[in-house]
Amino acid sequence: MKLNTKFGKFGGLFVPETLVAALEELESAFIKYKDDKKFNDELNDLLKNYAGRPTPLYFAKRLSKIAGCKIYLKREDLLHGGAHKTNNALGQGLLAKYMGKKRIIAETGAGQHGAAVAMIGALFGIKTEVFMGSEDIRRQRANVLRMKLCGTKVISVESGSRTLKDAINEALRDWIANVQDTFYLFGTVAGPHPYPTIVKHFQKVIGEESKKQILDTEKRLPDYVIACVGGGSNAIGIFNEFLEDKNVKLIGVEPAGHGLNTNKHGATLNKGSIGVLHGSMSYVLQDSDGQILETHSVSAGLDYPGVGPEHSFLKDVKRVKYESITDKEAINAFKLLSEVEGIMPALESSHAIAYAMKLAKTLDKNKVIIINLSGRGDKDLEQMEFLVK
Amino acid sequence: MSKYNILFQKLKEQKKHAFIPFFVIGDPDYQTSLTVVKKAIDSGADALELGLAFSDPVADGVVIQAADKRALDSSIKVDDAFRFIAEIREYANKITSECLLPIGLLVYCNLVYKRGVEKFYSDAKKAGVDSILIADMPLEESGLVLDAAKNNEIDQIFLVTQTSSNERIKEINKLSFGFIYLVSVLGVTGARTNFSKDVSAFIKRVKENSTLPVCVGFGISNKNQVKEVIDAGADGAIVGSAVVKLIENNLGNKEKMLVDIESFISEMKKEP
Ligand SMILES: Cc1ncc(COP(=O)(O)O)c(C=O)c1O
Repeated sequence: MKLNTKFGKFGGLFVPETLVAALEELESAFIKYKDDKKFNDELNDLLKNYAGRPTPLYFAKRLSKIAGCKIYLKREDLLHGGAHKTNNALGQGLLAKYMGKKRIIAETGAGQHGAAVAMIGALFGIKTEVFMGSEDIRRQRANVLRMKLCGTKVISVESGSRTLKDAINEALRDWIANVQDTFYLFGTVAGPHPYPTIVKHFQKVIGEESKKQILDTEKRLPDYVIACVGGGSNAIGIFNEFLEDKNVKLIGVEPAGHGLNTNKHGATLNKGSIGVLHGSMSYVLQDSDGQILETHSVSAGLDYPGVGPEHSFLKDVKRVKYESITDKEAINAFKLLSEVEGIMPALESSHAIAYAMKLAKTLDKNKVIIINLSGRGDKDLEQMEFLVK
Repeated sequence: MSKYNILFQKLKEQKKHAFIPFFVIGDPDYQTSLTVVKKAIDSGADALELGLAFSDPVADGVVIQAADKRALDSSIKVDDAFRFIAEIREYANKITSECLLPIGLLVYCNLVYKRGVEKFYSDAKKAGVDSILIADMPLEESGLVLDAAKNNEIDQIFLVTQTSSNERIKEINKLSFGFIYLVSVLGVTGARTNFSKDVSAFIKRVKENSTLPVCVGFGISNKNQVKEVIDAGADGAIVGSAVVKLIENNLGNKEKMLVDIESFISEMKKEP
């Protein structure tokens, strides 16, 4: 490998031998194209005219009033596809195209990454297949339909807890068998090197725009930047640009499910210990033997026992604080933002909103918070139908 | 000298080849698994590959995934697995000539890391393990365990696959002890009834770029395949899914399970 594969002691490439050559090939392509003019012109054109970048940084006036400080929402929910996942799918999809790959596979939890992959498959005319746990197929039906409409084959995964972790296992197994012609379009900043680095590269635009936008409107940096953390891609995407700004407090929000003291949560950085899962060393929810635990979150996109290795590093060096929000608090935030701003957030993003509202209570009214509104909640409406009954 | 060196030297002199069955420890439960593995020794296995069940075995196909699940469902812990190996070691030492039955452990990295690498290797040594292969640990990450392997005199085994370059095979040969585990198929574990045409060429390529004995695994289920890999220059054959399937097929009839294991291994052991 030519690039650094680790973040401190975290990361690496803990994969079966078959995949090493494919990861090397991917890394080489990434190095070749990431600063290539033609590649970037094409990507930037797509980001702008196909996907709708830059996304707005919206001052949420009524929400701010309730919160008691200034709250801005980075509107990744307005990106084509309805979530930040499109940034990465376009970037990696274009890489796949430049590499001449004929088939793209992906895993998905909430179906947002799967939907983004389905879109770019249609856009580039490349065959796509998406692995999804059967439990997630049940609770994120709208996204399953979107994927199918765009021509993707959705493969139901029945092993384990039938959620994101198991979908990744199956996608990896498929890749091991079809490594010669298949591109694995990984959806978050986890997985083996070079994925954490590549996905960050394509998501860091969120923070770059946010910084410019807040300097334009507030003439200063924010006090807090808050994002939900599943694998951690929307969080890294918005944090990266602020890492050197030591006065900007960065907070990642994990799913506490039924509560951190139950065994039904997905708060990997809060409750996990260091281990190796899905190709990298990072914090992991595991038992005393090292068997991976099943997780729970009301939001499929956060329901994962691992986390990207850079987050483990940022936790250990104390640059980012990782907090958690329960299912109930997230559902309340889902309702609140819909009611006071007319913006229906994804259940994943609702975790970030809920934490920001809690935090705001303790802050002076001049403080500025940016929340990464990573996606919109249409996909969750069916699951949240009880709220309007 | 490690048990593998002695074994392969002896087989070479007799112009024979190693037959190595694979089992998941505790599949479907501790006691049954113990009788099955003992039966495999009685039936003439030259060495054993024993797997520690893992919750997320990404290199394994459905048959071994199911075996892992059966073992975990019967509450097999890593401590139990080491106790199991110690029992097998003791049994093997009693019945095999010159106490010569190498036991290899096949494991996923997280189980090693969680226990503590040094403790894992020293516990393995105490139990009687001769080699360790970590399915999701390529050369790039092997720095994590090489010292522990050396300190505890355990042979570290690595996989080579069709995607490994000649340079890489040489590198792997340099860091490996005991033997090289050649993965015959592009894919996860699971029985295939025949190989793709390029398997023989691949085996020859590995032999040309290495000095250690080469054992071929992943996908072998019958004698024709064993002959094919031996003819191509392999020193041994490792059979996993096809053996584990005999357990799965006979969960309701343990006697037949043992009979099937015995006849399968004796059949596979017959040199052509
Ligand atoms: C809207 C939204 N936000 C967040 C996530 C969590 O992923 P990550 O932590 O990689 O941003 C998902 C995943 O599906 C999502 O759909």
